[in-house]
Amino acid sequence: MSAIAVRVEGLGKRYDMAPAISSGLLGDELAASIARPWRKARAWFNREAAAADNARTFWALRNLSFELKHGEAVGIIGRNGAGKSTLLKVLSRITKPTEGRAELFGRVGSLLEVGTGFHPELSGRDNVYLNGAILGMHRREIRQRFDEIVAFAEVERFIDTPVKHYSSGMAVRLAFAVAAHLEPEILLVDEVLAVGDTAFQKKCLGKMGDVTREGRTVILVSHDLTSIQMLCRRALRIAHGQVLGFGPVDDEVRAYLDDAKFFARGALDHAIELSPNARLEAFGFAPHVVVSGAAAEFRVKAVVTEAMRFHEIAVLIHDSMNRRIGVLDLRVATGPYAATPDEPLELVAEVRALPLVEGEYRIGLSIRTDEGHAIKYDVVTLDVVSKSEGDVVPYQASVRGVVAFDHSVRRDRSPS
Amino acid sequence: MGDGGGSRQTPPSPDLLFVLDKALAQVPSTVETTRVTPSLVIDQTATGLRQGLRDVWAYRELLYFLTWRDLKVRYRQTALGASWAILQPLTTMVIFSVVFGGLAKLPSDGVPYPLFSFTALLPWNLFAGAVARVTASVVGQANLINKVYFPRVLIPLSGTASALVDFACSFVILLAIMGYYAYLPTWRLIALPGLLLLAMGAALGIGLWFAALNVRYRDVTYVVPFLVQIWLYASPVAYSSRLVTERLGDWGWLYGLNPLAGIVDGFRWAVLGAGAFPAGLVGTSLVTVVVLLLGGWAYFRRTEDSFADIV
Repeated sequence: MSAIAVRVEGLGKRYDMAPAISSGLLGDELAASIARPWRKARAWFNREAAAADNARTFWALRNLSFELKHGEAVGIIGRNGAGKSTLLKVLSRITKPTEGRAELFGRVGSLLEVGTGFHPELSGRDNVYLNGAILGMHRREIRQRFDEIVAFAEVERFIDTPVKHYSSGMAVRLAFAVAAHLEPEILLVDEVLAVGDTAFQKKCLGKMGDVTREGRTVILVSHDLTSIQMLCRRALRIAHGQVLGFGPVDDEVRAYLDDAKFFARGALDHAIELSPNARLEAFGFAPHVVVSGAAAEFRVKAVVTEAMRFHEIAVLIHDSMNRRIGVLDLRVATGPYAATPDEPLELVAEVRALPLVEGEYRIGLSIRTDEGHAIKYDVVTLDVVSKSEGDVVPYQASVRGVVAFDHSVRRDRSPS
Repeated sequence: MGDGGGSRQTPPSPDLLFVLDKALAQVPSTVETTRVTPSLVIDQTATGLRQGLRDVWAYRELLYFLTWRDLKVRYRQTALGASWAILQPLTTMVIFSVVFGGLAKLPSDGVPYPLFSFTALLPWNLFAGAVARVTASVVGQANLINKVYFPRVLIPLSGTASALVDFACSFVILLAIMGYYAYLPTWRLIALPGLLLLAMGAALGIGLWFAALNVRYRDVTYVVPFLVQIWLYASPVAYSSRLVTERLGDWGWLYGLNPLAGIVDGFRWAVLGAGAFPAGLVGTSLVTVVVLLLGGWAYFRRTEDSFADIV
């Protein structure tokens, strides 16, 4: 039997919601610390007040335990906010757990973002060294692998050009190349496979395959279930910071998709926090159930408590296997949208003919405001149903892919 | 549509599968490792002082790269580049010479006033620059803190180190001014590295407090420039420390509680060579700096675990 690479025992991470609510100003904080002993005393006598205080804390992870062996690739699956990213953050020592412990046997490398620390003013060469050092490589190692990294990224000619002059594809390739040449015994990866073009992704997957082949351990968080199924043999399924299942990847993916049927359907049933001062109040297609090939309207409503601009809003459409099907880009040529507390942002996108095959789709969004960038997956589900007219019995939906063409057929009788 | 529905729900692209099958087919069946103790244990306990120092040593290359990036970016984005490091103290020296030397006629221990003030401005600017940079450092590197682990104290350390480069630039100017006034460097210059360390220690000690506080309370960003300005006038930069120590009499060494008093006086002694070594002031300042550093680092370590949760 192979040896243990990662052992997690009763891991828990609690976030205190209070600082996020407070203004972060010294005055308020002083007032709060004066109130604290009083609140504690009150909690002693009053159970209701104690319960209210407990509501201010949030357990992102609780009682999490599992073990991984060397050479194993494990995918972590779960909905938004299930604790996947928090788990990786704890394992990569970015944040401390509140309780429990994790033991790692071997050199740990974590890749929570591609190109952390990349600086646009610096040349490609400088950034390779910098990013390598940030990821935990020694200068000697980077020097040894430098040519290989540059060749992998296919940016030889521009290696001494500042990265700000790179195309976004080149920058991402270079960043990924550095990460791909990190040689830890335990590799933690978060959602980074979704970069670059397909050919480059393939190259990266090949490199990741090499990693497990060499007996190293990989923990992969990805929203793309297909890539998890390809790379991992086992999957850890979590929800509300707790383990729901840990077993063969196909079983866990199936169980996850079964659970997913309870997602919000059609329209949003509660507001979603986008950033400290922005909230999503409405999001979804109208009608809630769209007929394949028919017109549909998409509505977004964001409410702000402080004036800000919305630079980008994109509706992300994924199929039931979480493959990206398409994006509704809601930007306009006239520049960013401005919103104020009095005037929320309401957008309507008209899709003239929804070109999707019947089935269930997951709708998410990517939104960039003055306060930052947020990506929310699985915000609502969209049901597309088949159109009833037509004389031909359609093929089964499972063999028709995802695009429904708006087409007609005629027989060409001209002599050949 | 002959292949209608294979064994998998969604067949991934065959090219991808090929790459993976090839890669995974070669996974060795057993990997024997004989490690018994984990190389890394993660739990809620904070790292101790000794482990903290060991971590910094293990990550010394990253410290070098962070400092190097800071300098490279800073001087690449400015039109005048490194000359800013020279222009700033030179301008201050001219203003001080006109206002305090010329108009107010403050005594300068028999040294030409421009040289007298420039000598003091060197350690002062090192201190003030480092405090400002360190205070802003942790908040400025929020992205790194959220995405990657490294000993957090590297960020303030690299802020202090990059202030040292500005110091080196203006030190060349000091030598030029000394030449102009025909002041020859003496053996006393060997005290400079020690005094430099003391100045950096003072800046780091103060900066660690501010940097950690700044994560939680952004008020610090506004308080620090103001505080540094007051500090300048509380330190013997524009005037001679004798103005203060003579008034304190036997308690003159108390002025060293302001670490800059000892550092600036030490600098003047080492560069201008006037009188005896100000042992009382420097000694008091040394103790103050050590206390500040230990306290600052302890506070920083106590709060660093929550940085990623707040910034």
